[in-house]
Amino acid sequence: MSEVMSTTEDSPEESATFGKTVLFLKVFFGRKVVLFGAIVAFCIVLAAIFAPLLAPYNPYNPDYSLPPLQHPSSAHLLGTDALGRDTFSRILYGARTSLLVSIGAITVASVIGMTLGMVAGYFGGPVQAVIMRFFDAIMVFPMIVLAMCIAALLGGGLKNVVIAIGIGMSAVYARMMCAQVLSIKESEYVTACRVIGAGNLRIMFRHILPNAFPPLIVLMTIQMGSAILAEAGLSFLGIGIEPPEAAWGNMVKDGYQYLQTNPLLSFAPGIAIMLVVLAFNMIGDGLRDTLDPRLRGKI
Amino acid sequence: MYFPLKRGLLRKKEADIKAVDGVNFRIKKGETLGLVGESGSGKTTTGKCILRLHKPTEGKITFNGKEIASLRERDMKPLRPGMSMIFQDPYSSLDPRQKAGAIVGEPLIIHRLVRNRKEYRDRVEELFRLVNLDPRMIDRVPHEFSGGQRQRVGIARALAGEPSLLICDEPVSALDVSIQAQVINLLKDLREKMKGLSYLFIAHDLSVVRHISHRIAVMYLGRIVEVLDQDTLYDNPLHPYTRALLSAVPVPDPFIEEKRERIALKGEIPSVLNSPSGCSFHPRCPLAKRECRQKPPDMRLVGKDHEVACHLV
Amino acid sequence: MTTLLKVNNLKTHFFTHTGVVKAVDGVSFHIDESEIVAVVGESGCGKSVSQLSIMQLVSTPPGKIVDGTVEFEGRDILRLDPKGKEMRGIRGGKISMIFQEPMTSLNPLLTIHRQLTEAMEVHLDLDRSQIHDRAIELLDMVGISDTDKRIHDYPHQFSGGMRQRIMIAMALSCNPRIIIADEPTTALDVTTQAQLLELMSDLVSKFKASLIIVTHNLGIVARYARRIYVMYAGRVIESGTAKEIFGSPKHPYTRGLLNCVPRLDTKDETRLVPIAGSIPNLVNMKPNCAFYSRCQHRVEECKREYWPVLRHITGLHHVSCHAC
Repeated sequence: MSEVMSTTEDSPEESATFGKTVLFLKVFFGRKVVLFGAIVAFCIVLAAIFAPLLAPYNPYNPDYSLPPLQHPSSAHLLGTDALGRDTFSRILYGARTSLLVSIGAITVASVIGMTLGMVAGYFGGPVQAVIMRFFDAIMVFPMIVLAMCIAALLGGGLKNVVIAIGIGMSAVYARMMCAQVLSIKESEYVTACRVIGAGNLRIMFRHILPNAFPPLIVLMTIQMGSAILAEAGLSFLGIGIEPPEAAWGNMVKDGYQYLQTNPLLSFAPGIAIMLVVLAFNMIGDGLRDTLDPRLRGKI
Repeated sequence: MYFPLKRGLLRKKEADIKAVDGVNFRIKKGETLGLVGESGSGKTTTGKCILRLHKPTEGKITFNGKEIASLRERDMKPLRPGMSMIFQDPYSSLDPRQKAGAIVGEPLIIHRLVRNRKEYRDRVEELFRLVNLDPRMIDRVPHEFSGGQRQRVGIARALAGEPSLLICDEPVSALDVSIQAQVINLLKDLREKMKGLSYLFIAHDLSVVRHISHRIAVMYLGRIVEVLDQDTLYDNPLHPYTRALLSAVPVPDPFIEEKRERIALKGEIPSVLNSPSGCSFHPRCPLAKRECRQKPPDMRLVGKDHEVACHLV
Repeated sequence: MTTLLKVNNLKTHFFTHTGVVKAVDGVSFHIDESEIVAVVGESGCGKSVSQLSIMQLVSTPPGKIVDGTVEFEGRDILRLDPKGKEMRGIRGGKISMIFQEPMTSLNPLLTIHRQLTEAMEVHLDLDRSQIHDRAIELLDMVGISDTDKRIHDYPHQFSGGMRQRIMIAMALSCNPRIIIADEPTTALDVTTQAQLLELMSDLVSKFKASLIIVTHNLGIVARYARRIYVMYAGRVIESGTAKEIFGSPKHPYTRGLLNCVPRLDTKDETRLVPIAGSIPNLVNMKPNCAFYSRCQHRVEECKREYWPVLRHITGLHHVSCHAC
């Protein structure tokens, strides 16, 4: 039968999957802004991981050899704070806190949001109504206000900040997941799964979840920045990371009193926050453009 | 099959959408029944009711001697391998993130039809060969296949549970002309190879349906208006709708087309929401009489394997 | 009959990340006055892109008209500025188009009246009330009842078939010389399809316009077209009158197409003869015949030589093939 043989001659190149990844990266990094964002984010992650090796001083021990509130010098690159601690070292350690909080918060937010959003979208009807009204209620409050309430309730500290921000952010994930599931569950391959007798759990986690994921990854990346910003906000308000732990938010707050004389104390962590938020936003934008269905045919 | 139509804030039920209304037919073992009709005629809903993707509002579905219309999903599961479905769109009916082998093998896992990995692999490869696909393509994802190949992956999946009934919902209408024949021939070959395999072949293209079906049921607005065999369809269709449908399909031959009679229908297929009284075809029927407006016609046997629902026949 | 539109060696290429897609690669055809011509082919054969190129509607980038001329009313309209006044006068005025999807070709936010009169205001020298009367008349002509009222409705209030009728009215509104219908009935039911095609062929002769039907449906072609161009992988591979092509198809692809569609009128249990393989990927194609890998009649030349040019056979019948 001639049809049998036909199947091999029109096959795409052997390394289709490999070529696809390369092409994805080419398109992704093809934009200068995205490349810049990726480099900045990469540096910050490296700085956070290797903080103990890179930091010239212990971030918690004051330098007693000099008076506090040093201006930048060769000894202290970004000067010292009111307690005589090295600002540069504290920023490096602060990167650890910030990234840890944001990764933690995004994990909490996406697990809660995506699970409930999936259940809501898949079962629809009253289940959807109840779950989504709950998230609507969360969304009524600005995220930072909500996180403040939760943080005030649970107290400060890294773990509670993560929970507070995570819950505050979960509504967006729930909504997006629910919308994704609503459209995916109508697709023919889901019907096909029901025809062959697949159960609800199998359909939800084997088939719908992987297909709903791409836009959520974009959201997660962009929200990395927002989570850092939220953490900084909470810390700045004094209900976030507690001193002496180094966090960019409470560093801005500490430096705030010396804005006139030592502006760098606030500006340095402030610029760090700005850079990291910007970097993640750029990566998120790049991801969204690259995963765009209009480009999918070419990738 | 009635779909409740709900409107308003409190979702009050306002009316029933009679998607399929009083449809009766039987498919014998090894037989192919074609189901033709235009969009909105309820042919897909009929297919989905048989597979219990919708629960019919009323009526009986007997499959291999067992009544299934009222079964719960849990009781339905053991019967699932026995009936399966092929979909219209080969692009949306395969999970884009699954490998072809996993798609085809999924029913085997769900219904525990294989005992170990080796047996699973062998069976998947066998299914690939059965639909003329190279088993070396097991690890590819759907977008690496062409449209016709994907449709064959879908057919292989449908065959995994060794079904006795296959519901083919417009299986070739999304494919390119040169590819359609490959899939049609494959379906005919499978029918030969797997003795007793029956098809319910749902399509809007009369030429395709006539080519593959032993008998054809013509649907209009949720009802079957005529059931007839392959040859009678072309030689002696009796229902005015069947005739109009037949004349609307052009034959790829200008010499024949010159001579063919063309019946132009008035208007368009009405919405099922306000289905006309009496015979639902009467507003468009060139022969409609008063009787047609008043009472719906019953199916009558007019010849061997030939039933028609029309007052004028 | 005089030639109305003549397309010469048209090449439209798309420049993508994975390579150059030669969607239209050296296509030549013409259409005479008051003639119905069909361009037939499967998806990706370049039939739609070639028509969009005539209207300079190919999105650039990634697409680009690389070569060719389109002679219409004594000049090459490919040389006109795509956004310029002259090209706009041709597009929608002298040459109009009907697309496959009537839902997306109408603006959902504007009434039918607004959309129908818009083109006439631009292209015709009539006052408002004359335009209104003409709009009503056009809708009557395409078989929409209750036109006085329905003209103020929005697109979603019409069914798919009705929307396509409105599209036909819009296409006719400015007395076009040519109407290009790109798969005009593919999305519709068979009975609606038949109604619309009858309507179109009637109206075209009434308006003394020419019609180019782009389709994959061989039945439609056989019923309505006088002449046919069969396209494959960006080229015209066979052309001629409908009777020449259906009566004695020459190119293996055309023959294959005719043998692989089930026909309503064949009685015996004939087995369909499929064309082996699938439609080629147009990215970075080789310069020899693109049908080579699927061809049953290929000869040594087909692999070595460039894709052959159209060769005259009899009458209007031309074919591009080494082997026949």
